[in-house]
Order: sequence, then C-alpha cells, then structure tokens
Amino acid sequence: MSPPKQPPPLKIDAMLDDAETRILVCCGSGGVGKTTTSAALAMRAAERGRKVVVLTIDPARRLAQALGLGELSNEPRRVAGLDADGELHAMMLDMRRTFDEMVYAHADPDRAEKIIATPFYQAISSSFSGTQEYMAMEKLGQLAATGHWDLIVVDTPPSRSALDFLDAPQRMSDFLDGRMIRLLSAPARAGGRGLRRIVGAGFQLFAKAVSTVIGGAMLADASAFVQAFDTMFGGFRERATATYSLLRSPGTAFLVVATPEPDALREAAYFVDRLSTEDMPLAGLILNRTHPVLARLSAAKARDAADNANGPTLAAAVLRLHADRVELAEREDRLFSRFAGAHPEVAVARVPAVAGDIANLDGLREIGARLAADGYPEHERSAALGAAR
Amino acid sequence: MTSPGWPAAFSGVRLHVVSGKGGTGKTTAAAALALALATGGKRTLLIEVEGRQGITRVFDTAPLPYEERRIAVAPGGGEVRALAIDAEAALLEYFEMFYRLGMAGRTLRRMGAIEFATTLAPGLRDVLLTGKVKECVTRTGRDGRYVYDAVVLDAPPTGRVVTFLDVTRAMADLAKAGPIHSQADGVVQLLHSPQTAVHLVTLLEDLPVTETLNTVRELDAADLRAGALIINKVREQWLPDRSVAPAADGRIDTARVRNGLAAAGLDLPAEVVDGLVAETVEHAVRVAAEAAALARLDSELAEPMPRLELPHLLGGVDLGSLYELAEALVAQGVHVRQTSGASA
Repeated sequence: MSPPKQPPPLKIDAMLDDAETRILVCCGSGGVGKTTTSAALAMRAAERGRKVVVLTIDPARRLAQALGLGELSNEPRRVAGLDADGELHAMMLDMRRTFDEMVYAHADPDRAEKIIATPFYQAISSSFSGTQEYMAMEKLGQLAATGHWDLIVVDTPPSRSALDFLDAPQRMSDFLDGRMIRLLSAPARAGGRGLRRIVGAGFQLFAKAVSTVIGGAMLADASAFVQAFDTMFGGFRERATATYSLLRSPGTAFLVVATPEPDALREAAYFVDRLSTEDMPLAGLILNRTHPVLARLSAAKARDAADNANGPTLAAAVLRLHADRVELAEREDRLFSRFAGAHPEVAVARVPAVAGDIANLDGLREIGARLAADGYPEHERSAALGAAR
Repeated sequence: MTSPGWPAAFSGVRLHVVSGKGGTGKTTAAAALALALATGGKRTLLIEVEGRQGITRVFDTAPLPYEERRIAVAPGGGEVRALAIDAEAALLEYFEMFYRLGMAGRTLRRMGAIEFATTLAPGLRDVLLTGKVKECVTRTGRDGRYVYDAVVLDAPPTGRVVTFLDVTRAMADLAKAGPIHSQADGVVQLLHSPQTAVHLVTLLEDLPVTETLNTVRELDAADLRAGALIINKVREQWLPDRSVAPAADGRIDTARVRNGLAAAGLDLPAEVVDGLVAETVEHAVRVAAEAAALARLDSELAEPMPRLELPHLLGGVDLGSLYELAEALVAQGVHVRQTSGASA
C-alpha cells in the first residue's frame, strides 16, 4: 500500500503575519476546542506583533481566567502578561447585552424601552436558537467597524453544526421580519391574496389552532413586538447583510476546527463544501487533539513483549500504553485520510492533544506553538525526546 | 459521592432519559443502554427528539421515518426499536386530531409556518415531544401489558435538558386551557415520578464534569430525579497508581524502562525508548487529570449517585462495539425488572 498523499500544510505563522489577514473565523461542531484554538491563535498573532482582539463565546472558566475575563466583559479588555510588541485584547460575547444595545442603536429610547420590556423580546433575546450566532455576527461587525484592530479572531457558538453560524442569522432575520406573526395574529388581513388562495381556509383553521394552543396573549404580544420592531427592522437587516458580506471580503479567512472523530470530521466536510459554494475563503483545517505516535514500535510487537515481561513491570505498562496509542493514532489517521481524500486541496495543521486543561497563558502559548509547527514544536521534541540521552 | 453499579430501584424505571454535554457520547451511551436493557428477551424503545438522525448513525441504518422501527436484536432474544420524533410532524398530527387541516397542513409546513409556531413558543415543541414520549412509555398492548419494557430517550444536551423536561414551566407559555394542557398534566406526573430517571453522560474532563454537576443541581431544583452518572470513554490505566504522580511530573526512570524492555526481549534504539517515555508522561498526565475529575464528582455531589462506566474503544464505535458497550453495562448490573404488566 502506498502511503496516502499528504495534504498541503497550513502555514499558520504566514497567515497570522500577513497584514492582509484582518478577520479569522474559527468554525466547527461543538466540543472540538474552537474557543481554545481561537485564543491561542490570537495570542500567537499578538506575540508576533499585531494588535489583536479575540471574541470568545463561552470560554471554560479557567481559560476565561487566564485571559483575565470576568463575567461582564462584553467589551474588549487588554490581556496582560504577553511577551510581545503586539497587543492582545479579549472579550466574551454577552448575547443579551449585545441585543439590547442593538435595539437602542436603532430605535429612539422610548420605543427601545418598550420593545425590551415585552416578554416576547425577553424570550427571543435569551433563548431563540439563532440569537447567539446573530449576536456574534453583530459584535464582529461592530469590532470591524472601529478600524481599531489589525486582526479580529472570532470563536463561534457551540452549536451541533458548524453551518449554524452561517444560517442562523438568516433564520433569525426571517423570523423577525414578522410576516408569519402578522399572518397568524390577523390572518384575514395579512399575507396577500396569493398566499391565501394557496392555503385557503386551512390557514384560518391553522391560525385558530395555533392561537388555541399557544394562547392569544402570546400571539398578541408577539405581534406588538413586531410592530414596534418594524420601523427599525430595515436597519437591522441591512446591518446583518453588511456583516455577512464582510465574511466574504478578501481580509477574512475561515479556519475549520475538528477533532479526529467521525462526527466532527463530517461536520468539517459539510462546512468546507458550504464555504466553497458561498465563495467564502477557507484558510484550512485544524485537526485538533491528535495523538501521534512518538516511538517507532508496532502495537503487536509491544504487546508481545509486554506479555513476555516478568509480571506487571514498569516496562510492561509502558509497552501496553504505547500499543493503545498506536491503535488510536491509526484510527485517527484513517479517519483523517478519508476527509483528506475527499478534500485534497484543504491545507491542514495538526495539533497534538495537550493533556489537562488550559489554565494559563503558557498553556495557550504551547497550543499556538503546536499549531504553527503542525505537530510538536522543536523545543518540545528535544525536551521530551532528548531527556534521557 | 459516586458508587459503582446499577441500584435495584433503577430496574423498575420505565423512562430512562439520557443527557450529557455535547461531545460526551450521549447518543452512543443511550443506544448502549437501550441494548443492555433489552438483553434477555425484553423490548425497549430508543427515542431521539432533535432531528439529527444520531441513532441511525450509531446503528448504521437508513434514516428513520417518523415511526417505530426495529433497529437491533439484543442478546438473548430481546429487541430494540427506534423512533425519531419530529416536532413539526407531531404538531401537525396533533392539530389533525382536533382540526381538519387537510392539504393545508403540508403547505403550511413547507412555508415554515409550523416551525414558526414551535419557535414562537419553544415550550410547545418540548410539550409535544415529551407528550409523544409519554404515550410510548404508557402504551399497552391487547394483553394489557406495556408494549415496551423500558424506553430510553436520547434527550437534548445538558445545557437544555432541564428546560426540556420541565413541562410545568413550558406550559406557562401556552394557552391556559385547551387540549394540550390536559395531556401535559400526565406528562408532568410521569417525569416527576420514580418511573423516570435522568442519566448524565460525562467524560472525566473539567468542562463536562462542571456541566454535569450544574445539571444535577438544576434537576434537583426542578424536582426531577437524577439517575446514574455514565462515565464514557474510560481508558485503560496501565501504570500502577503509585507511579502516576511522579510520571505526570516527568519523573520516569529511563534506565529502568530500558532494562525492563531488554528483559522482555526488546533492545530498542535510544530515540525509541525516549519516545516511549514521552508517551508515558502524557499517559500519566491524562490519568492524573481523570482521577482529579472523578474526585471532583465525588466531593462536589451533594447526594450520592450511582456510576456506570463505558470503556474507551480504541477502534471507535461501530455496531459490533455497541454490543460490547451494552455488555459492559449488563456486567455492571443494568437490567429491567421481570414483571412488565401495566398496573391497572
């Protein structure tokens, strides 16, 4: 069997150093390490001299502490403790506050207060499934508009599907434009004759059924919200559209993060395909938390020798854990080569798993080094492998 | 505290809700549990509610339509059926029962009106889904016995599961009277009874453990019953306990390793030995982190919880290895009580 063709390497440092790179968006399905990756990339860029802000969505407590983020950090704050000429600023998306600010920005104070007070607004600004994505885009738009930053690194919300980041704003937009709410709350007057002809009397029945089930009060509330919202909606949508086109601009690059697991790689593949249909620039794939084999010795040979060892010696334990690692690495390679076979043009950086959590800036710096090295960086290889010599 | 094993009370549970943080292997654990409970001639139903066809991926079958289908045969003549509940279809089905929508129903669905209605009142979606679950749990055949010995629900992830199960709160969103209301009362009763247990899947890592602890508190506050902790992807620990801490610190006696290898008949070049030692350090760091995570569960849980463990499968999970996981659960005591007649 010939060895599988190697994918092109993802040159992280060249990308971070390029003044043309203005926005980096880290996408991927939930639980693959997007937040940590975003923070590590931002930190590396800052230590290489750029003025960087990282927008994190829901960082683990210790990562947030490492970045100096308290609970209410909806504005960028400078991170102290970098070895750098550049600057790193970090923030955490506060979805509710971002939404409130947006309402205030588009409506006069009176009306804004009124909108914010409706229970319906409360529900939609905190629990609607696309709100987080929508607000992340809004925040990105705001950060870009300041012209303040050399580089903006964006983490995306922890959804099941990476595509949600691209789709949710549209869904949210459709929802807020109020056509459906008007239809449901006053079906006789709204919707236009064409639509009524299609669904006929069924629609009246449906509207009645819906209001029986979810309650007339809820519908009336929703409808009041939409009316109040209507006047500001134009600005709202325009803004979302502008941000979306920012994602298409030449200064933006997407990084897809995946772990070597079937689900994560499948999501990554969907996302890569989608970016190409949307003409959005893909920088590459970050294959996160790999377990490369560090010693050239086959699993079978290691297990045989462990069986030959005299009882449970240290050497036997070492051989067995090595055999497990070889099997894990083989599985990871197999899964990845399936992805690479279908997407041979996608550049890749592999990041070996770091055992334990990232609790400080050194931990992030280490991840950054692994990202840039496409594996273990030189200093570590010599430290780990040269210790005994 | 956590204690290994499956308490006797769980064998009488009829609805096993399985949740967990995204990425912990919730669907795999739910599938293994359904298979374990069906072992020895039982019939179980595995339900998913998020429209992601996760069950079919685990069992490697074609996408599920909105109907109950046999999906696997369990050891000892049992069977697992599966159902993917589609909230929109459930709502339409529901409306059909009370209002004749005819063709309009499908058109409305295409227009997104159904999705819209369930978006407008997210509680509505949850009430419909849990309503269908309850119907499956309590359904009896002609002989008066329950159709399913147990139902396993692959529930939404920990972030949303308590809201999902808190039907009482969801009903506050909805009309104060009407057909859905009377049905919901029965759902509330089932979910808060000893017939329901909410199992939480976790990995021994910081973030999932934190989320698990939070969820246990939330369940308690909502008066829902936490079931077992299912620790997933438990890896083999090869190092003896006393070697873990020093090895995690990088203190490994390389000469001893080299001599041990030689004694086992392996004369390896220095860089291979060094590689093995580096791998051992990583292994030890991970083992130590997992032990710390387990200690956190033990010390921070207010009430003791039973604990089940699923081994990490190096080759990944396929249909064959799903049986391995189910077997591991059976070996830890997972079973359904013999009597399966519906109480009158």
